[in-house]
Amino acid sequence: MKKYLKTHEWAEINGKIATVGISDHAQNQLGDVVYVNLPDVGKKVKAGEILCSVESVKSASDVYAPLSGKVVEVNKTLEASPELVNKSAEGDGWIAKIEVSNPNEFNSLLDKSAYDKFIEESN
Amino acid sequence: MELKKTPLWSEHKRMGAKLVEFGGWEMPLQYTSIIEEHKSVREKAGIFDVSHMGEILVEGADAIPFVDNLITNSVSKLKSGEICYSPMCYENATIVDDLLAYKFSENKVLLVVNASNTDKDFEWIESQKRGYRVDVKNVSNDYAQIAFQGSIAEKILKKVAGVDLSKISFYTFTTGQINGINCIVSRTGYTGEDGFEFYFEPAAAIAMWRKLIEIGNGDVKPCGLGARDTLRFEACYMLYGNDIDDTTTPLEAGLGWTVDFTKPSFNGKDVLEKQREVGVSKRLRGFEIDGGIARHGYEIFAEDRKIGRVTSGTKSPTLNRSLALGYVDTEHAKIGNTLSVDIHGKKINSTVIKTPFYRGSVKSK
Repeated sequence: MKKYLKTHEWAEINGKIATVGISDHAQNQLGDVVYVNLPDVGKKVKAGEILCSVESVKSASDVYAPLSGKVVEVNKTLEASPELVNKSAEGDGWIAKIEVSNPNEFNSLLDKSAYDKFIEESN
Repeated sequence: MELKKTPLWSEHKRMGAKLVEFGGWEMPLQYTSIIEEHKSVREKAGIFDVSHMGEILVEGADAIPFVDNLITNSVSKLKSGEICYSPMCYENATIVDDLLAYKFSENKVLLVVNASNTDKDFEWIESQKRGYRVDVKNVSNDYAQIAFQGSIAEKILKKVAGVDLSKISFYTFTTGQINGINCIVSRTGYTGEDGFEFYFEPAAAIAMWRKLIEIGNGDVKPCGLGARDTLRFEACYMLYGNDIDDTTTPLEAGLGWTVDFTKPSFNGKDVLEKQREVGVSKRLRGFEIDGGIARHGYEIFAEDRKIGRVTSGTKSPTLNRSLALGYVDTEHAKIGNTLSVDIHGKKINSTVIKTPFYRGSVKSK
């Protein structure tokens, strides 16, 4: 099950490993993604800190870490095919995998319906 | 302040364009995707609503010497029906705006200026009237403007043109009908491709827009400001406020070809002559970036020394390379030099390369 941040990232957790990316709504707002500044493997992040950045034709946007932990893998496919973020933001366009240090943080994220409601309200 | 709207605003909204604020106007950024729209212009054709551009009319016995004193290029050397691109400078040779000057006759010139600068330009031009016998009018609200760009633009536009488009050579214009509407039609543009720009009564804008898409049979895409920016960037056309402004001069920007030093006098001439003589201290250059995207304002380094700044940058949709324009100290401006740009705290190797980055179907004079 995916959960979301108000800053438009998603996370899905499997054991101690969380896969993270930006939401479909976020990619739609960004427009064509032309570069993903992937985080370094081994980077330690805290929930809510900047994980990396995504560049559209027009601008750069920070991506925040949904959960605290250590980056253990990044989606290398995005180096050659950043447009995957547009095509499949919540699937093949995932950005990184984080070994989470506090799985409980996941509970405080928004579920899909709460996130959709948040988007609707902010429009 | 409420944003200004072009006569096509409701049409953009109806077509589902993503609207953004630009220079005080609410304008379409994109309809579908900047890259798609960009490619449609490079490969076929696209249309742009550029009704936000300002038009300032200069009329009177001294219209030509007056405009020649305002801008660095020369309208006295143009024939009626010809256009020149030119910076308009302050006395210190920094740039008020860049514009197109349409010479209608020896006593009438239309200046087409950047949307966000229209009021500033009008005030500046008014302030320069002194003893010149001229009448200066801001006629921006009298015109809708559409840019029809792409290698097949002429072929398609012919279907609704009441004028012989083949007779309009690069940087010339005529008046005549498009889709039955009286227009000023010029072979000009801001994309690096062949194409036309036309000015006409705002009330006819929506019907014109729809007609141009209809006659394209799928080959004419409506394009937003996003694609307009990436297209002009690849062709290395200046964007005022990014690449040129009131801290840069035409010679620093590499616009020496637009400065006519043979004119007896014009705003900025003294400073520009001095710069020509002793050389400029900074120079606008093109860069290829090794990774990441360099944006406006990012700093450029030689070793650890800051020697310049990026003015425009993105990943070129046509060339698929990360490119940038920026000013660097002249001693570092040699083509082939390796410098670096600070991108999100990392110094990324960046090579000085030749401009323009891309040459499209645009005609030459």
